[in-house]
Amino acid sequence: MTAPLLQVRGLTAGYGGAPVLHDVELDVPAGSIVAVVGANGAGKTSLLRALCGTIGVTAGSITWDGSELSGTRTEDLVRRGIAHVPEGRGVITELTVEENLRLGHVWRKDKADGRRATDEVYAMFEPLVRRRGSAGHQLSGGERQMLAIGRALVARPRLLLLDEPSLGLAPKVTAQIMALLRRRCDETGLTVLLVEQNVRSAMSIADHGVVLSLGRVVASDTAERIGADDDLRHAYLGF
Amino acid sequence: MDRFLFLTVDGLARGATFAAFALALVLIWRGARLVNFSQGAMAAATTYVAYSVTTASGSYWLGLVAAVVAGLVIGAGTERLLMRHVDASQPLNTVIVALGLVLVIQAVLGILYGSEYRPMDVPFSRTPLSIGDQPLLSPYDLFVLGTVVAVMAALGWAFTRTDLGLTMRAAAFAPDMARLLGVDVRRMLTLSWGVAGAVGALAALLIVPTELGAHPHATDLVFVYAFTAAVVGGLDSPVGAVVGGLGVGLVLSYVSGYSGSDISAVVILGVLVAVLLLKPSGLLGHTSARVV
Repeated sequence: MTAPLLQVRGLTAGYGGAPVLHDVELDVPAGSIVAVVGANGAGKTSLLRALCGTIGVTAGSITWDGSELSGTRTEDLVRRGIAHVPEGRGVITELTVEENLRLGHVWRKDKADGRRATDEVYAMFEPLVRRRGSAGHQLSGGERQMLAIGRALVARPRLLLLDEPSLGLAPKVTAQIMALLRRRCDETGLTVLLVEQNVRSAMSIADHGVVLSLGRVVASDTAERIGADDDLRHAYLGF
Repeated sequence: MDRFLFLTVDGLARGATFAAFALALVLIWRGARLVNFSQGAMAAATTYVAYSVTTASGSYWLGLVAAVVAGLVIGAGTERLLMRHVDASQPLNTVIVALGLVLVIQAVLGILYGSEYRPMDVPFSRTPLSIGDQPLLSPYDLFVLGTVVAVMAALGWAFTRTDLGLTMRAAAFAPDMARLLGVDVRRMLTLSWGVAGAVGALAALLIVPTELGAHPHATDLVFVYAFTAAVVGGLDSPVGAVVGGLGVGLVLSYVSGYSGSDISAVVILGVLVAVLLLKPSGLLGHTSARVV
């Protein structure tokens, strides 16, 4: 078995010295979708922030493709193949759809491939095509989520970090976006680490599920089994 | 009516320089959320650079280039060496440092050049050209207007059409997100300060020679007018800075034309207060509320 693309061992991290993640272990194999679920405050967003270096890591290791990731400057992550779609999507509302997408690949040397990747995103998320010239603040929630994911994809990342894509979206829109994402992964071998409060939606596309509670991993199994485990759901996910 | 027309075009010509200066303030505000109170003093310093270079070389144009380059260096250097190291968690900190910088720059200029005005020449005649019997703009006014329009157009093009401009805007609007997209936000901020310094230097050099000349305090009033223009237009909005600058130029021209220049500064202060009371986000600004 090959080593996972992203391997997290004994990760303890937090804000200003107060840890919110304790001894987290996580494997994300290449080409898979791993979903981290948990209630509000479980540390899901903090986990992604720790991976991106926007909160302090006090112990443990994050191994990315065989080398240590922590200490990498946030702005260099995307150059190492990691794209992050933060909670609330992070669409730059003052810029147009086209500009947001251009920003996604502006650092790349291969301009032609950047444009090709942009065309692929328009083909993947068709509603964005007629919104090309609209400013970010004019978009619906679903369109913003499509734009945020699309902007991450034009960088041609190997790993996509996705924070609560279902937040504030109609279930139908969420399902549509998730299905498109699953297809993209199957077609291109993209790896996704998804954090979600919406367990059903997350497990519907994930290969592997991880349950986080109060900053600790309390379960890690196939997505199918995590989704079907009623005890787990009652105990940690509150429904 | 003739007088009104003359005052209008004269006001627009002066307003163009305020607009450029206001644009420099907007550039830094958008990137750093700081009103650069030292912009005026920096521009006073670059005006002396132009004065010295022009005096030594005999060329106005060399002086102009030197001033713009000096503005770029002083602006970028201020961000890189000073502002970056100020704890910006309290907005007042950077404001106080900027105000301190004003005192330091003006004191140094006073030591180097003394406190007498140094008259400066302009490259074109300042005698208004007439159309029929109607005196309108002078060749120098046309030069000023043309230069400002060209600079604005170039900046507008750079910000909307180039990759660098796009990343600078992204870094200003959403620094955290920009970082995740691979933008070196700090470098963009340094660059914004540099561009602002250069634009401020140019604006000051266009206006100072039409007054008493280079002086450590020569740009104090220009700063007040430009600050008013930026606030009127909305500190967030480059277009607002231009509209505000032209508006301030017109108001100044009408007030000094019809009732004497002694009260023009007071009137501008009144405009500033009125905008802050009635529409604090400015005419074209987006800022409605800010958590501080």
